[in-house]
Amino acid sequence: MTAAPETTLVEPSANMDLLRFATAGSVDDGKSTLIGRLLFDSKSIFTDQLESVERTSQERGDEYTNLALLTDGLRAEREQGITIDVAYRYFATPRRKFIIADTPGHIQYTRNMVTGASTADLAIVLVDARKGLVEQSRRHAFIVSLLRVPHLVLAVNKMDLVDWSEEVFEQISHDFTNFASKLDIPDLTAVPISALLGDNIVSRSENMPWYDGPSLLHHLEHVHHASDRNLVDVRFPVQYVIRPQSTQHADYRGYAGQVAGGVLKKGDEVMVLPSGLTTRIAGIETADGPVAEAYAPMSVTVRLEDELDVSRGDMICRPHNQPCVAQDIDAMVCWMTDAPLVPGQKLAIKHTTRSARTVVKDVQYRLDVNSLHRDEGAGELGLNDVGRVRLRTTAPLLADEYRRNRITGGFILVDESTNRTVGAGMITGAS
Amino acid sequence: MTFHDYQLTQIDILESESIHIIREVTAELERPALLFSGGKDSIVMLRLAEKAFWPAPIPFPVMHVDTGHNFPEVLDFRDRRVAELGVNLVVASVQDAIDRGVVREEPNGSRNRIQTPVLLEAVEKNRFTALFGGARRDEEKARAKERVFSFRDEFGQWDPKDQRPELWNLYNGRIHLGESIRIFPLSNWTELDVWQYIARERIEVPSIYYAHEREVFSRDGMLFANNEFCRPRDGEDTFIGKVRYRTVGDATLTAAVGSDADTIEKIIEEVAATRLTERGATRGDDRVSEAAMEDRKKEGYF
Repeated sequence: MTAAPETTLVEPSANMDLLRFATAGSVDDGKSTLIGRLLFDSKSIFTDQLESVERTSQERGDEYTNLALLTDGLRAEREQGITIDVAYRYFATPRRKFIIADTPGHIQYTRNMVTGASTADLAIVLVDARKGLVEQSRRHAFIVSLLRVPHLVLAVNKMDLVDWSEEVFEQISHDFTNFASKLDIPDLTAVPISALLGDNIVSRSENMPWYDGPSLLHHLEHVHHASDRNLVDVRFPVQYVIRPQSTQHADYRGYAGQVAGGVLKKGDEVMVLPSGLTTRIAGIETADGPVAEAYAPMSVTVRLEDELDVSRGDMICRPHNQPCVAQDIDAMVCWMTDAPLVPGQKLAIKHTTRSARTVVKDVQYRLDVNSLHRDEGAGELGLNDVGRVRLRTTAPLLADEYRRNRITGGFILVDESTNRTVGAGMITGAS
Repeated sequence: MTFHDYQLTQIDILESESIHIIREVTAELERPALLFSGGKDSIVMLRLAEKAFWPAPIPFPVMHVDTGHNFPEVLDFRDRRVAELGVNLVVASVQDAIDRGVVREEPNGSRNRIQTPVLLEAVEKNRFTALFGGARRDEEKARAKERVFSFRDEFGQWDPKDQRPELWNLYNGRIHLGESIRIFPLSNWTELDVWQYIARERIEVPSIYYAHEREVFSRDGMLFANNEFCRPRDGEDTFIGKVRYRTVGDATLTAAVGSDADTIEKIIEEVAATRLTERGATRGDDRVSEAAMEDRKKEGYF
């Protein structure tokens, strides 16, 4: 039984903020049930969706309504009972809109979770209270820290099956915190839940009076994530040059892009990289009129006082706070395709709005994501491996450490013959 | 200087993300076009494109796959909006394709499925390499798994098992000759977000989205308008109902819902409170099977 909701679910407004979170855990941990519960309790599952799931469950002979069918949308997933790809789900409460990146537990795990975590403000790692920490829980926590997701929630699920035991919860929290201390996880919260029965999901559980923390939804609604963005280092990757070429705007030349860091203001002295030329911001504009300041993740158009040669792929920053202009890049790379990453390999690289070619100089080590052991003799990275790689690029990147800025520190690697995205990189150093 | 917490609302964030996507496509892909049906999602998408390049005009044409089964209000709206923006309109006509023998009318009279070859023909003829579509992930479960940049092979087919991973705000738009990318800038928007944005931006939408009186009849639990495309069968009685449309598609398939929402505020209230998805409530085309949308997408549909 659960107490009356402490969160009133009324009509969401347009002015609420947004929290993106990723969920990690296998079907057996009750991840789909948890997501189904969050959607159901926030009235985000619609009657026709539920009826369709009930119908399919019956046809398959499932004993209960299988909420996993809500997220497993593809025919192959339904037929094989597996989740193939990241699914995005949406719900809202009066305080916040939420985007869930639901990452599958079995196939292509690392690749999918890395993808889902790359944009997440928060990650929920689910652990089955009966089983405690398993290898996969450690892997999940590692990926959360690798992708620098700022907030992590350990959800200890199926508390109903361990008699709502405080000892069990404390032991799992303790084990997890121990492992997490070897990682870089700035904010960790543990919540004991029963996704199936709804305990500590929307409202506080009466079955666990010993727990005095927030319900999961309350935490999701209140976690402070406004200061997760970098508001210090000005970074504006130029995406597109706007030149109307009309008589009305004959001399207009604006640099369009999405702010990646810092706060830009009219009149600020700025430097354009890689040229290194300096000028001032003449104005920051949007279709709704000029704005006094621009910060991440606003899409704006910047006009400069002097006519410089600025094009897509350039970066606007401050003269005394620049990213590294570098062709030698050290990075943690997650490899996402069958054929291994090997030294000497040539690839296309996309970093901010800049594209170049790159050659793999060295695979320094492969990381065992369960033990965190560094295998320095590996020499290559296979599918779903993570390792430290040195790259040399044909053109300089305007790079920050990923730990400093997730947008100017992340890149993707593309196979030039198949055009597939085959790797994701997080910059650790550049020179 | 006043204190400032540098917070954006979720609608601002969605808008910014969509503008980023639209600009990225235009910078990286040679010949994009925007699918514009006169429906609310494509109207919002067109507004975002207008904002993305302001004060320059939208640098690509819009295309309408015209099934011939249109609501006249929507067609009028389409032409007016295109004229206002001064963009080029490419019309790919299903009727014309039927007349030329490229596609054959289906027995049930629906042109939903046969519009796909017509779309693909127009893409090839105009050498479009990227098509913007207004689809949202909250609409349908196959769409929930589709990327923002959805790679299509030379037959326009979607392969859900072989999608390019999408990380951060980095999109991979690289293609070989003959291949193309479908782009969904509204991927992360919900139906409610779309209406809240329409309200905030004071965007005009076709009148059929607002509650009005119309002669309808009930079929399969849905309310269909009695018009040249859709006539009641024996035992289906028509009556005058106060209705509005939640989606606008092929007139033979798109049903209305009973509604008193004749202002945007009332529509937002209604959408926030509804217990049925818009496609479940109003689209006969998605009721064919559990995987109807997935199957159509694999054939090259949006």
